[in-house]
Amino acid sequence: MKFRAKIIDVGCLNHFTRVVNTVSKLTKACVLRLTCDHLYFVLSGKVATGGVSMWCELSQVNFFDEFQLEGVSADANEIFLEVAPENLSRALKTAQNAKSVKIKLTKKNCPCLTLAAELPSLSSVSRVVTHDIPVDVIPRRLWHDFREPQMPDFDVSIYLPPLKTMKSVVDRMKNLSNYLVIEANLNGEMNLKIETDLVSVTTHFKELGNPPWGDDGSPSASASHRDTELMAQTRVDIRKLQQFLTGQQVNPSRAMCNIVHKRILHLIFLHEDVSLQYFIPAVM
Amino acid sequence: MDCVATGGNVKVLAKAIHSLSRIGEELYLEPVEDGLALRSVNSSRSAFACFLLSPLFFQRYQTPSDQSFRCKMPIKSVQAVFKSLSSLDRSVEKCRIQLNSEKSRLTITLHCKHGLLKTHNLSFQDCESLQAVFDKESCANVLQAQPRLMVDTVLHFPPSLEEVNLSVSSDRVWLRNHVEDDADPSRAMMTELCLSSEEFDHFAVSTQTSITFCLKELRGLLVFAESSGLPISMYFDEPGSPVILSVADSVLEANFVLATLSEDSHPKNHVKSNTKHPDAEQPPDDFMNDDMDSFLIAMETSELPGPSHVPTSPPHPTNNRKHSVSEDEQEEALTEGPPNKKFCSLFFGSVLPTPSQLTNQTIQSQEVLASDSEDENQTETS
Repeated sequence: MKFRAKIIDVGCLNHFTRVVNTVSKLTKACVLRLTCDHLYFVLSGKVATGGVSMWCELSQVNFFDEFQLEGVSADANEIFLEVAPENLSRALKTAQNAKSVKIKLTKKNCPCLTLAAELPSLSSVSRVVTHDIPVDVIPRRLWHDFREPQMPDFDVSIYLPPLKTMKSVVDRMKNLSNYLVIEANLNGEMNLKIETDLVSVTTHFKELGNPPWGDDGSPSASASHRDTELMAQTRVDIRKLQQFLTGQQVNPSRAMCNIVHKRILHLIFLHEDVSLQYFIPAVM
Repeated sequence: MDCVATGGNVKVLAKAIHSLSRIGEELYLEPVEDGLALRSVNSSRSAFACFLLSPLFFQRYQTPSDQSFRCKMPIKSVQAVFKSLSSLDRSVEKCRIQLNSEKSRLTITLHCKHGLLKTHNLSFQDCESLQAVFDKESCANVLQAQPRLMVDTVLHFPPSLEEVNLSVSSDRVWLRNHVEDDADPSRAMMTELCLSSEEFDHFAVSTQTSITFCLKELRGLLVFAESSGLPISMYFDEPGSPVILSVADSVLEANFVLATLSEDSHPKNHVKSNTKHPDAEQPPDDFMNDDMDSFLIAMETSELPGPSHVPTSPPHPTNNRKHSVSEDEQEEALTEGPPNKKFCSLFFGSVLPTPSQLTNQTIQSQEVLASDSEDENQTETS
């Protein structure tokens, strides 16, 4: 197993750092899947994480100047590592003005992802900062736990309102209730609702637009005949939604969500080089 | 006692006090002929700092008639006097420190603009002299750098990091985080920064060595040095000897003395090539016992006939530390088994290292790990 990669472009480095920061805000531990073309940060939904799952996909060529991978075997040319994204985040933080950042899989006391940044210095010799981030190699027999999630058979798909607005609404609602109902229809309308014994608050968004899922998406057959006014809703833990909206630094060009009525809230952030999907299960 | 500081020096005085507050809870104040000494020590006696403000720092400097006046007071109360640095800049013209012996109060008066006077009467306690014994001249290694370099270096380590390891070779300096014993060593993230000797204003390494000390306590000095723009000098020797960091200009001198982790076994047994740096000769990595006791600096008082506190130094069991921190090679070369961890303490003399104030010290029959100030050299007799 071998992995070596190098970033030399400052813009790519900043962008990569922002993606890692976003992931680190969502989970303490996740799986980093490395293939020849992509990097994936994966969190598979478990009871311990409240059932949320995450799939973040980066196209390697848009970030790395050099990328060499030798997977577990010739027919399974991939590497799965369990890592604490916060460590990665910390390592990248002070390397933002580096001339180059090299990442490689090494073995110190335990398998590590070693990040070495060459920093500008006052002399002809660069400063080198090296971070050894401990990782766990995930054996092949467990790889199936971390497959790409299926696009859910959603009832409604809708673009999100401006994230800043949505975040501030959710922030304020969090003070009143632990649960939030998100509902939307195919007419570009979305409501965020909370309800307590004392008060109920609803914020209405209009004219958001609905993504046109063609043949590549998998909308249920009934969706195309669905009454555009009919709302699909899920009730979710508001903290999970807030965590997602707060931590994000991806600045997606497209942000949307898919709602499976009373089952799942599927949030999707799309960017030229990176896509982030987050699944929040419904709570009764 | 009557000292008056004016203009920009009031802010410098305030910064010195804030700097000392990062070390200990109490401020020791001692006006001597050489200047006003402000000192602090931490509770575990592993860090000591001293600011000596020369008479030239002050517009007026008058020592008390009672030559041996010394006092200590809670540093928070002194900090409260110099609370807001920006307002000090803007409005304080003069700061006067006087001793009111009848009332046993230290009076600090801030003369501000528009004739405003702020008077603080601080109660103090008499105390013994606080002076760590150290000798910069005898240290094998001396580095000097602009504060910006040190600040930038420290930036790579999390603010919560307690201990840091500094290693030097003939042309390189490595700074690494030191992993606590109780943390799972295979889960901790290791960070290492490598600097070339060219980045330093002065780089004199005669002994390749590796020392571990507490970074937290140093941050006070870094802040002071950065704001004053003064270069920081670092004096150190082998593990166990204290590391001394100082800044100085014509009117003040600040010394921060930190104990370093020691090890008992002969360094020769640890010399192995580090697979990370095959080209440079890697100094031996210390096998750390993170027991905080090993950071002890002994204190001595002048009131008592001899050293009042010589801590015993029992060997610490090392069965909890069989693996090295960052290398992957074995330690089997140690034929005598795992190294004994013994702390070396920094001996505090009761006297300032000036001939006029030397007193005779009785040599204790107990094991003295560092010599007293009589022979101004720090030698370890372990």
